[in-house]
Amino acid sequence: MRRTRPIVVGGISLAVSAVVFILPFLFIALQAVKSRSEASRLNFLLPKEWLLWDNLVAVVEARNYQLLLAYFNSTVITVFSVTILVVFSAMVGYVMQRRKSRWNSVVQGAVLIGLMMPPAVVPTIGLLQSIGLFKTMTGMVLIQVAYNLSFSTLLYRSFIGTIPRDLDEAAMIDGAKPWQIFVRVVMPLLKPVTVTNIVVQSIAIFNDFTNPLYYLPGKENVTVQLTLYNFQSMYTSQYNLLFMNILLVTIPPLIVFIFFNRQIVAGMTAGGVKG
Amino acid sequence: MFFLLPTATSFWYSLTRWDLMTAEFIGLENFHQFFSEPFLVQGLINTLIYAAMTSGLKTIFGLLLAVLLTSNLIARGFLRTVVFFPVLVSTIGIGITFTVMMHPTRGIINVALEAIGIDGPGWLTDPALALFSVALVDLWKGVGLATLIFIAGLAAISPDYYEASRIDGATRMQQFRRITLPLVQPATITVITLSLIGGLRSFDLIWAMTRGGPGFSSDVVASVIYKQYQAGFYGLSTAGNVILFGLIAVIMVPLTFMFNRREIEQ
Repeated sequence: MRRTRPIVVGGISLAVSAVVFILPFLFIALQAVKSRSEASRLNFLLPKEWLLWDNLVAVVEARNYQLLLAYFNSTVITVFSVTILVVFSAMVGYVMQRRKSRWNSVVQGAVLIGLMMPPAVVPTIGLLQSIGLFKTMTGMVLIQVAYNLSFSTLLYRSFIGTIPRDLDEAAMIDGAKPWQIFVRVVMPLLKPVTVTNIVVQSIAIFNDFTNPLYYLPGKENVTVQLTLYNFQSMYTSQYNLLFMNILLVTIPPLIVFIFFNRQIVAGMTAGGVKG
Repeated sequence: MFFLLPTATSFWYSLTRWDLMTAEFIGLENFHQFFSEPFLVQGLINTLIYAAMTSGLKTIFGLLLAVLLTSNLIARGFLRTVVFFPVLVSTIGIGITFTVMMHPTRGIINVALEAIGIDGPGWLTDPALALFSVALVDLWKGVGLATLIFIAGLAAISPDYYEASRIDGATRMQQFRRITLPLVQPATITVITLSLIGGLRSFDLIWAMTRGGPGFSSDVVASVIYKQYQAGFYGLSTAGNVILFGLIAVIMVPLTFMFNRREIEQ
């Protein structure tokens, strides 16, 4: 009895979670390979003919290859924002953790507000417009950096707290300047938390819908999430293409998740517990 | 700079009628207008319902799943992965998928219910239900993160406590109530805080699934902000922003203080 229990409970939870958590993804994948008329019935039957390639081509070609442009834009935004984020937040986190001054509590407060509060949309657009960055990729990158800086900084700060201060002091005695301590001593030790930061923020920024919706309107600036949103109203009768598109936006996080499972889990729980 | 400056100026602009170029001071008119439109007030109430519901459900289900997934199970690692994965998937994609699955006549959920003899409701078309349906999808997508935080919290509890209580003859239920619940409290606080903030601010899932409809029945403050912005009522939109800011401050500041005090007392 004692020995069978884990198997029974495990089996039941396996079955329930399979239904609840896996079926929706199966549903997406199934509709994506069906023909138009089969997909419109929205059921779980296997397709008569597998149209994976045809649907893929149709989605990519739609609206003059809009999807390719969107992937390009999203990738550019993600890469640039994450790079800037990592550099800035590592420095801010280091200073916040190591140098105690009057400004500390001010910065701390700013970081917490940044973490909790919704940004004021229209004034931000006004600001971007007045410096000519509204509807530009540069502006979007800066926005993503600003909005995600708090989380990254907290991750770095709590990690730097675990690096012994003796290391800094030893380097100082050897005559290292403050920036040398940071670059030569602390930075190499930050590798694990940097990987976490990059992975978690890339997914967040790649999946972001609200901010591009506000700050990056216009056909030539579409991001992946915006195309999906546009396709929703365009493909009301072509569910196969709609779901092919959903399948395509689901694959990048899946790949990242397979490779960086551990870092994602570490980052999300650490950031959560500290925040 | 991109965050703090606009936030500060938003307080000023929320007091004006505004078209990005000229701002005419109209005092508290925007707020007055916001609170005198019944559907805007409903958005405010909906926000509170939505945040309380998603936060409460995520806490309960997150803890239950975490207890289940830290116990001795087959395929434990696989289950953790499966529960967590939706957190990483595009909210818009999930919103569209569930909108289709919740289709009143052809949707897979109602077809399944019909098969066992239940007449499924119009999940997203019934004004009384729409907000709750979206909140359920939010639970589906977000419970993985809560579970993860709880698992981390449970892992920090020393197994000695369970051993000692077992020797003293405690039942599983007693162990859960007297040991697990109090000792996992830091994780509980984190989950409540995070999901409450997320719930109050949430926009994309609601927008992808119902656009605030039918009518205004599932409108929240964040979607009102977007609608007013789209319609060109920038002052009203910014007033919505300030209200959301105030709402989060009013709820989160006392809550954080309360939680901090309890943590120190322990």
